Amino acid sequence: MSNTRPPAEEAATTDPVSARRDARLQGKFRKRYTAPGQEFVLDVAFETAPGFTILFGASGAGKTTLLDCVAGLATPDEGRISIGDRALFDSSQKINVTVAQRRAGYVFQNLALFPHMTVEQNVSYGLAHLPHVERTRRVDSILHAFRIALLARRSAREISGGESQRTALARTLVTDPEVLLLDEPLAALDAATKSQIIDDLRTWNRAHRIPILYVTHSREEVFALGERVIVLSAGRIVAQGTPHEVMMAPMQETVAQLAGFENVFDAVVDAVRPERGTMTCRIAGDGAPLLLETPLVRGGVGAALRVGIRAGDILLATSPPVGLSARNVLPGRIQSLEQRDVIVSARVKGRVEMEAHLTLAARDSLQLAPGREVWLVIKTHSCHLMQPSS
Amino acid sequence: MAIDWQTLRLTLQLALTVSVILLALGLPIAYWIAFSRWRLKFLIEALIALPIVLPPTVLGFYVLVALGPHSPLGRWWISLTGHTLAFTFTGLVIGSILYSLPFAVQPFAASFSAVDRKLIAASATLGASRLRTFFRVIAPLSVPGLITGTALSFAHTMGEFGVVLMVGGNIPGVTRTVSIDIYDRVQSSDYAGANQTALVLLILCFVLLALVYGLNRKAWVLHPVK
Repeated sequence: MSNTRPPAEEAATTDPVSARRDARLQGKFRKRYTAPGQEFVLDVAFETAPGFTILFGASGAGKTTLLDCVAGLATPDEGRISIGDRALFDSSQKINVTVAQRRAGYVFQNLALFPHMTVEQNVSYGLAHLPHVERTRRVDSILHAFRIALLARRSAREISGGESQRTALARTLVTDPEVLLLDEPLAALDAATKSQIIDDLRTWNRAHRIPILYVTHSREEVFALGERVIVLSAGRIVAQGTPHEVMMAPMQETVAQLAGFENVFDAVVDAVRPERGTMTCRIAGDGAPLLLETPLVRGGVGAALRVGIRAGDILLATSPPVGLSARNVLPGRIQSLEQRDVIVSARVKGRVEMEAHLTLAARDSLQLAPGREVWLVIKTHSCHLMQPSS
Repeated sequence: MAIDWQTLRLTLQLALTVSVILLALGLPIAYWIAFSRWRLKFLIEALIALPIVLPPTVLGFYVLVALGPHSPLGRWWISLTGHTLAFTFTGLVIGSILYSLPFAVQPFAASFSAVDRKLIAASATLGASRLRTFFRVIAPLSVPGLITGTALSFAHTMGEFGVVLMVGGNIPGVTRTVSIDIYDRVQSSDYAGANQTALVLLILCFVLLALVYGLNRKAWVLHPVK
């Protein structure tokens, strides 16, 4: 949207903080929580460049605690957190900058809009130190950039979920933070609203270039937003890299569970074809083993892996398909069909049993029923390889 | 007319003074109770709650001793003003503040605690000081509790008897309050006068409490605290 750009660019050039742009967020710290009968230790080391870094992990992995430590809402037991060369926390130098002084923007999962204020009052809350004219100018421009100018006088209680999300983002971004912490701020939104807000956020970030730590459970958001992904499990970073590296490579079983594979099999590497970037994995099956073509990952012939396949990534055909690009076509027979909401889950038994998801329309037009002979079609890159759980 | 207007005015003046002071004094105490992480906080909470269960005469006795010429506070006051604190309006105010403290502090602290911690955290991340967070976020969202606490301390001071009798005695125009007046009239068999005065106090207290509950109900409908 063209009217979103000028205010954002303008703010970038007139703002004294712009000198500090492109600073990296660095953290290396430990924090221990003890509760009766359980102990949780967050122990992480990371460095993030400006732009989106996705923090991915199961609930309880420590994602929010990590954000809290960066924001200063929680204090690590030891370590250091810095933006550029400005230390926010350093246990060895006894530095612990207060929350209010950290310039870390934080959008909470529940958004935490001030319910007794209007949208405009919420957005201008963090600008109390500015002269009135400057404050009004900045608030107006961000209200426009996030398309909530028409809601300015409405109470924060009366606006919709998407509008609340926009208000919360605007309230934080207008203060020109040096790092942005987003704790699943878009979790409750429909896909269309979500991608619109993400677009606006990207536009804003192009002009501001600050590190953004973005917590999410959603794979789609990982690929849509992430330049980098940090995977957190039980308080530790278990993988980091580009979304492709982290989500495609042999991953930790915890990542696989998060990514939601309905079909997971033990496999052994049967052959590798580095020149094609693929390999063949052997899965023990009824009678004879099943051979699957998969993407190439580290590990040679004979290496033990696990293969994960999403039920939604499997195609079903009622006759042997020909002329397909997909490399894996597996014959089988439908064992059961179960309707879940608007999705039909089919259990198909061939050499191994797999779960495939299809639509109600597909079930009806193909006249699928238990006992029917079918062919499962699986693309090479729908086979995700993981390290076997030790 | 049997109602002693001077006594009634004095009582209202006392209640007003005490509730205004308690509003100012109760806010920081309640803030501390709501947000402090000190392990021994419960001891202070118990101390503040004491007047709820303690016989007013016990509290009144200690206040009388503390204000009297044999205590450091009493001596300091005498050196300052030339007369003792006991049996004065100021003494009465001090005793009443202690006596009504929990009726202000507890509703204040309860409503502060009920404010979503994320709102307080959000205010801090937006650069607001604790003071600004308090006045812009915590206090506005605690208005029902502030009204309740102030009104309760007002009404409670209006109706107190034991502390007033111990600390203030019964000096017309200085320390004689409505409840003492009623007691006096009953002692001297002036049942008609006692009845009228009691009725006035009862109606006043009822109107005040009805106003509080009415206001809070309205406030609650307009501003449902999440």
